[in-house]
Amino acid sequence: MTEKKQDFIDEKLQDLNNDGVDRRGFLKCMAWAGTGLVWTMSGGIPVSRAFAKGGDKGPGQGGDFSFVQISDSHIGFNKPANPDVTATLQTAINKINAMDHTPDFIIHTGDLSQLSKPSEFDTLDQVLKGASAKQIHFVPGEHDMLSDNGEQYLQRYGKGTKGTGWSSFDHKGVHFAGLVNVANLKAGGMGSLGHEQLEWLEDDLKGRSASTPIVLYAHIPLWTIYPEWGWGTDDSEQALSYVKRFGSVTVLNGHIHQIMQKIEGKVSFHTAMSTAFPQPAPGTAPSAGPMKVPADQLQRVLGITDVNYLVSGGSLAIVDSPLGDSGSAASGNGGGSNGS
Amino acid sequence: MTGKNVWIAGTAAPVMIAMLLLFAGSSRVTANDQPSAANAEVKIDNFVFGPDTLTVPVGATVTWTNKDDIPHTTVSTDGVFKSKVMDTDEKFSYTFAKAGTYPYYCTIHPKMTGKVVVQ
Repeated sequence: MTEKKQDFIDEKLQDLNNDGVDRRGFLKCMAWAGTGLVWTMSGGIPVSRAFAKGGDKGPGQGGDFSFVQISDSHIGFNKPANPDVTATLQTAINKINAMDHTPDFIIHTGDLSQLSKPSEFDTLDQVLKGASAKQIHFVPGEHDMLSDNGEQYLQRYGKGTKGTGWSSFDHKGVHFAGLVNVANLKAGGMGSLGHEQLEWLEDDLKGRSASTPIVLYAHIPLWTIYPEWGWGTDDSEQALSYVKRFGSVTVLNGHIHQIMQKIEGKVSFHTAMSTAFPQPAPGTAPSAGPMKVPADQLQRVLGITDVNYLVSGGSLAIVDSPLGDSGSAASGNGGGSNGS
Repeated sequence: MTGKNVWIAGTAAPVMIAMLLLFAGSSRVTANDQPSAANAEVKIDNFVFGPDTLTVPVGATVTWTNKDDIPHTTVSTDGVFKSKVMDTDEKFSYTFAKAGTYPYYCTIHPKMTGKVVVQ
């Protein structure tokens, strides 16, 4: 990468940081998604480097690691713009398996299925079985708790979790908390964590050193993106008050099927693309229903999120990659199990 | 069917009288219109219940149809009725036997709300 390009990226990122989450900033994020940019958060100030395909060695030092976020697989969905969501999930897994660094684990931020059907969960399991990372952490989306209060989901993916499926774990010095904000939703409201889970979270974070990097993940965004479409969580402020004292907080969400990011103090918010179908940008369509795109464009708006933790910087770098970026769209699309 | 006959014979009388008073002078209103007036439709389209407020007579059967590519539910806020998950083009019907206001919402997308007024 040339100095000039680096300067350009740095400048753009600073610009993005200043812009916050307005539409201009958002469009830039979308552009960066296509180019595959690593950005590292350090105390709210982005330090960037280009994500050179094949040239990124990923974590190098002892203790560095990466994980991948995938989201909104909606197995069972079969309408435009994606009649085969199983194939695009498979492409996402192929993409993960083709990384030069094997992620330590995968986080799935919900809407595994379209209708919570056992057959849909079975199909998902089959595809995920082929992932290079064997450990997968889940939180449910509203589509996973449709008819049985999430019983089926909890049996399959919620072993060892509390309540409706929340849990936490530590990995190489980073503390992760997976939250559920899709259960017991109230009429007229948005996502909800609920009193019991909030109490648990407060307790879970209590006593941890403020220098511990924290990752919160949940299905519906934990920041209010567009209340008209319910794109937010009613009681997320309470949850975020518990992480204020920490030096590095990363919040990963799904649900809105597009990349959005915002930095607020030491907290960086990020939403992932879906592996199934895109949704419109807030307010640009009559509703949040699936966005129809031409078949040859589909893989540009679906994708995965690679998160790198570098001990030296004490921060997390997030890379969004569409399933079909330039040069790999064709092989990704038709590759099937020939991914290796 | 028995239920419907009982309804016409009993509870319907005051409603019919009220409607006849309301539409006094209108030649279109006859007793024969009653059964069709007792059925009403709500379409779920673009994440909206349409109409969001529906007024029906006691005994009316309301049918919700999901026209979206995304599943929805129709669930009474007060626990009176609860649909299964409706995928595209699936329907749910409920017959309202008592007068009152029945707010409801989609438990998957709780921003979607509506109400049925039964009088």
